[in-house]
Amino acid sequence: MKNRSIIPLLVLCAVSLAACGGHEAVKPSSSAAAGGQGSQQGAETSGAGQAGGAQGSALGGQQQAATVVQHTVHFAFNSSHIDATNRAIVEANASYMSANPQVTVTLQGNTDERGTQEYNLALGERRAQAVKRMMVVLGVAGSRMTTISFGAERPVALGHDRAAWRLNRRVDFAYSGN
Amino acid sequence: MQHSSLKTIRWRILLLGLCLALFSQSASAILTIEITKALENALPIAIVPFSWSGPGALPQDVSGIVRADLVSSGRFDALPAKDFLSHPHADKDVVFKDWRLIKADALVIGSIRMVPAGRYQVQFRLYDVYGHKQLAGFRYVVTAGQLRTVAHQISDIIYQQLTGVPGAFDTRIAYITRSGGLRHPMFQLQIADSDGYDPRTILRSPQPLLTPRWSPDGTSIAYVSFERGHSVVYVQNINTGQRRIVADFQGINSAPAWSPHGRRLALSLSLSGNPEIYVMNMSDGALRQLTHDSSINTEPCWSPHGRYIVFTSDRSGSPQIFRMTSDGRDLERLTFQDIYNAAPCYSPNGKMIALITEQQGQFHAAILHLRDSALQILTNTSLDESPSFAPNGQMVLYATIVRGRGVLATVSVDGNVRQLLRTNEGDVHSPAWSPYNHQLQAN
Repeated sequence: MKNRSIIPLLVLCAVSLAACGGHEAVKPSSSAAAGGQGSQQGAETSGAGQAGGAQGSALGGQQQAATVVQHTVHFAFNSSHIDATNRAIVEANASYMSANPQVTVTLQGNTDERGTQEYNLALGERRAQAVKRMMVVLGVAGSRMTTISFGAERPVALGHDRAAWRLNRRVDFAYSGN
Repeated sequence: MQHSSLKTIRWRILLLGLCLALFSQSASAILTIEITKALENALPIAIVPFSWSGPGALPQDVSGIVRADLVSSGRFDALPAKDFLSHPHADKDVVFKDWRLIKADALVIGSIRMVPAGRYQVQFRLYDVYGHKQLAGFRYVVTAGQLRTVAHQISDIIYQQLTGVPGAFDTRIAYITRSGGLRHPMFQLQIADSDGYDPRTILRSPQPLLTPRWSPDGTSIAYVSFERGHSVVYVQNINTGQRRIVADFQGINSAPAWSPHGRRLALSLSLSGNPEIYVMNMSDGALRQLTHDSSINTEPCWSPHGRYIVFTSDRSGSPQIFRMTSDGRDLERLTFQDIYNAAPCYSPNGKMIALITEQQGQFHAAILHLRDSALQILTNTSLDESPSFAPNGQMVLYATIVRGRGVLATVSVDGNVRQLLRTNEGDVHSPAWSPYNHQLQAN
């Protein structure tokens, strides 16, 4: 069963993944997935909220600072440009894949509802490919990544306003094999 | 599926029940009221509510449907019944002076009565008030389930008599509904009458559906479905329910568009790694790539005679409309204003292209007039999508958001009259207007 969750991946000791002493800590858990769903529902009713359900609090308890790795990269309208903030998210996911060679990922491109559906389908693919290209540059083998576009058809927020649009313009990392 | 075949049977019954040309003077009298130069002055028409003699209530308000159809076209001003000086239902009771006094140019009267076997006899007559003559008169004997269809056929006859253009009320629309919220989305491909009534589901899926496109003969619909986890183009016969995959390549399979004779299908496929326009031969599946460009190329639409294909491309930096011959030559950019023009759709006469254009962050259905490249905004809503012409070219169907809900609407090509269509629960999008009903046109 593929894990399609888009919840934040909690990665302890982001600076040195090897120092984590085990990969269990980086697995998205089912309870975490439920948290992500709840976050989506919040977005549905309020039309606002944290991107990708990034409400997961940093886990302390170890010496290193804990870092939240989001599974979602966001974009400006009609753009596939990955800005500095989102580049950091891509880099964290690339690090995760480098540390977990058995893992593969489907990069799911999405758009907001504005504009036309078929153009948005193409735009979603372009976004997914932009993330894939950056992952390749960061050392992840292209053969471990597939891209798919859902265009505007799979929103995480159902509103018709800027807050919802901002959440929906995204590429989700859907991991398998972890 | 069952409903669709039932519908076919109904059509045959209806055609049998249609008694043409009841009255001799109706045969050749086509009113030549020219209002093409003055669309803002809609034709004043008086539609007397039809009489009903039978048990209980009439299942459908036939004359009310006729009235709504005609008003929605933007070409008629239906006068209020409270102003009528008389309420005739039969030819002998028509006094033309009563209608001249309230400045009605045309008059519609009719009656409905129950006849044996639980059927309904519907009669109507259309008059030219100033010419003192009847323009049309027809009688139908139908079941209760056919009364709406009869009403649309009456509207079509009146429309053609008074405008010289065939009516397109007795046609259908296809569209996608989405319900179930974020957690349990359910998508349905539905077909309904042109006013949104009598919806029938022909496909249901928990995965997204989009872009239904009618085959030119009206028997099949091409669409995009994500039921296999990614976009795949199918063609489904709407009467039998049988369907087949026509495009399931690597990447996106999208934007089906039938050639005018239905023998080819234009598509946007990214099997090369980039969305390009292809044309598929429907008999053997052979593909021909028409665009070779590193940008997005999608939303193809054929010109009425198949000479051209228009499409959306962002090769110039933002989405704009381009045109090429249907073998991929003579590329030409058609839109230059604004930063977002997409989803082009030719008018049946080939002189206009309906599209979506962005103005100050608002996405409007609009018409590009090819003669002078003028862009005419049709709506005041901000999230329009999927414009398509009625088969008579007089109205544009599109989807938009009204009060937070996805709805369908029509607008007259002059932009003067807009109508929200009645739709079911959930959000509705991706509408497409059917071709004429050829079974009826044959008569």
